Amino acid sequence: MTAASFAQALDQITRVPGVRGAMLVAGDDGLVVAEHLMEGIRGPAVAALAASLATRLRRAMQAAGTGAGHFWQLLCERGGLLVVPGASGILVVAITAPDVNAGLVRLELLRAAEAVG
Amino acid sequence: MTVRAVESWTLQPLTDYVHEAGARLVLLMTPAGQVLAQFGFTRAVDVMAAAALGAAIMATTTELARQLGQPPFAALNHQGQRHGIFLSGLTTGRGALVVLAVYDLDVSSLGLVQLFFEQLVTDLRAASPREGVPKQVLAADFERELNESLSTLFGR
Repeated sequence: MTAASFAQALDQITRVPGVRGAMLVAGDDGLVVAEHLMEGIRGPAVAALAASLATRLRRAMQAAGTGAGHFWQLLCERGGLLVVPGASGILVVAITAPDVNAGLVRLELLRAAEAVG
Repeated sequence: MTVRAVESWTLQPLTDYVHEAGARLVLLMTPAGQVLAQFGFTRAVDVMAAAALGAAIMATTTELARQLGQPPFAALNHQGQRHGIFLSGLTTGRGALVVLAVYDLDVSSLGLVQLFFEQLVTDLRAASPREGVPKQVLAADFERELNESLSTLFGR
């Protein structure tokens, strides 16, 4: 993968109406690998906290015996966070408006996760 | 376990940092290795060793940067199998300081440690004394001052 292909993967996600930004995050470190965000979104903060949450969710799922998570969505008052873990440990993250078409975003996240490996 | 501080203005910012970043061990010290606050250490000898080594790393990287004609490196991170070490300098009204944080990779991450370090810097700057950098420690007083600091840092 190159920086250009990362950018292309993120671009497809941000084309979905209501998506305010998309990021690739190193799941272990919580660091930003690539980002495409609207102004005002604190990328490093979202990356660090999303990765921390993903780690805890993974452990909770393991403890519950449900296997690995493929997709999670957090709905909040003024928006949402949708995350798909990639096979290589990279998290594909979308930050959205509250009324976004979550199914469409999920589809694009899964495509991006497949593309980044 | 609680944060122990020689200079009380460091206490609250460091306590917040420890909890938010999920750090296992933290040292706040001057670039010379004089410890202002610590969290997580149980033995004085460990604090002294970590402070001396952290200060030495900062001095080494600062000199490397100088040799390369660069401003000093912002931060250094080293990750092992189970733990990570984060070392960074900052400036406050008290002067230049150094933070050494050790974190469990199971509990925290570099992203979290870096993220909340930015908040720690802001909090320390807001809390630091505006003037009156403490006097230099003279060689004659060094041992007494060191013992006093260690007593405070370990509550003895």
